Amino acid sequence: MAEPVFEPIRGTYVHLWLDGRPHRLYFEEAGQGIPLVCLHTAGADGRQFRHLLNDEAITRHYRVLAFDMPWHGKSLPPAGWQDEEYRLTTRGYVELILAFCDALGLERPAVLGCSIGGKIVLELARLHPERFRALIGLESAAYQPPWYDDTGWLHRPDVHGGELSGALMSGLIAPQSPDETRWETLWGYMQGGPGVFKGDLHFYRVDGDFRDRIGQIDTGRCPLYLLTGEYDFSCTPEDTRLTAEKIPGARFTAMTEIGHFPMAENPARFRRYVLPVLDEIRAASR
Amino acid sequence: MSQAETHASILSLPHLVNGDAGLVRRGRYLTATFLIEAGDTEFLVRVVEGRLAAVEPGPFLMRPWTFALRASAETWQRFWDATPAPGYHDLFAMKKLGVARIEGDLVPLMANLRYVKDVVAAPRRPRRS
Repeated sequence: MAEPVFEPIRGTYVHLWLDGRPHRLYFEEAGQGIPLVCLHTAGADGRQFRHLLNDEAITRHYRVLAFDMPWHGKSLPPAGWQDEEYRLTTRGYVELILAFCDALGLERPAVLGCSIGGKIVLELARLHPERFRALIGLESAAYQPPWYDDTGWLHRPDVHGGELSGALMSGLIAPQSPDETRWETLWGYMQGGPGVFKGDLHFYRVDGDFRDRIGQIDTGRCPLYLLTGEYDFSCTPEDTRLTAEKIPGARFTAMTEIGHFPMAENPARFRRYVLPVLDEIRAASR
Repeated sequence: MSQAETHASILSLPHLVNGDAGLVRRGRYLTATFLIEAGDTEFLVRVVEGRLAAVEPGPFLMRPWTFALRASAETWQRFWDATPAPGYHDLFAMKKLGVARIEGDLVPLMANLRYVKDVVAAPRRPRRS
C-alpha cells in the first residue's frame, strides 16, 4: 500500500463582523514569510488556489492564505440568508478583505485576486495602498463589456444554476489547459449555492465599473501587476491593457495559452508568469 | 472547399454524437429541433432524448426550430481547429467576437448548454499532444 500523502495546507475558521453581522469564514494557509492573500473568482471558492498553496517555490517565502468568501465554499451565508438576495458590492468586498487581514494581523500583505478578486485589487490600490506591499490582479479590468445580457439565467427554477455555470465557464478556459484541472475548475462552479454566482456578478458587471476612478491609483505607493490570459473573453487582454494604460506604473502581462482561471485551470503554466512577479515583490521587501 | 468541409462536418453530427454514450446521456432531457447556419446553408438538427435523429440540410421555406446557432462556414472551421485561436474556441466567445449569433428560445439551450456545446464541438479535430 502506498504511503498516505498529507498536504502542507491547514484550514480553519475565523469569525468576522461584516456589514454589522457575525460571519464564520473558512480559510486555508500554507508557508511562511510575506503574507499573500488570494481572492477567488465569482461563484467559486478558495480551492482554486490549492496548487499555489502546495507550491514550495512560493510557500518557502510566502505565507499563502485563501479564504472562501461568505456564501462560498465552506463559509456559510450569515444567519437570515434565507430571506435575502445575495449581492456582492464594492464596499462589502473591500470591507471583507480588510477585516480578514486585520483579524489575522497580517502586516502589509500582498494580495493576488482573480476576476472579481482581480477587479477589487484596483479598489484596494486606490483606497488603501499603504496597507499592502503589492497587488496582483488576474483577469482584471476597470470595465469589461458583458458577453451575455441577463445574469438571471444563473438563478431560475427551470435552468439548473450549477450545470449552467459550469457550461458557461467552460468557454473561458484555454483549450490547452489539462483536462484534470479544467474539470476541477468547472466542478467548483457546478457546486455554487443558488444565486451566489449571480450575486457576485452584480459586483463584476454593475457595481464594479471603475473607469471613473482608476486614474487616482498611485502605483508609487503600492506596485500593481495585471496579468490576463489570452483565451479569456470575459475580461480580455485588451480590456486589461486599456485599464493598465490609465494607471501610470501598472505592469501588464498577457498570458498565452491561459483563460480566465490561471491558477486553477493550468497551474503549471501560470507559475511561469507569477513566480517572477513574486520574486520581484520579495526583492522589494528586503 | 471550406464550405463543403463544414457541411460534411455538420452532416456527420449524428454519427459523432450517437456514438458517444456519455454525451447522449447528458442530453437525455432534450427533445428539440435546432438550427445550425453555416454561411448560406441552414441545417435542422433533430434531437430526441439526447440522440440526433436527423440532420437535414436546407433550403427551408417555413420550418420551425427552437434555437439557432449561426456562423459562416469558415468560422465553424476555425471553431473546429484542433487548437482554436482565442475567440474561436467557444460558442459564446464567437458570439462576443461578433462572428456567431445565438437566437430563438434560449431556455432549452441554457438548460442543456453543456450538451449543446459538446454536440456542436463534436467535429473538432483531436489535438496532437
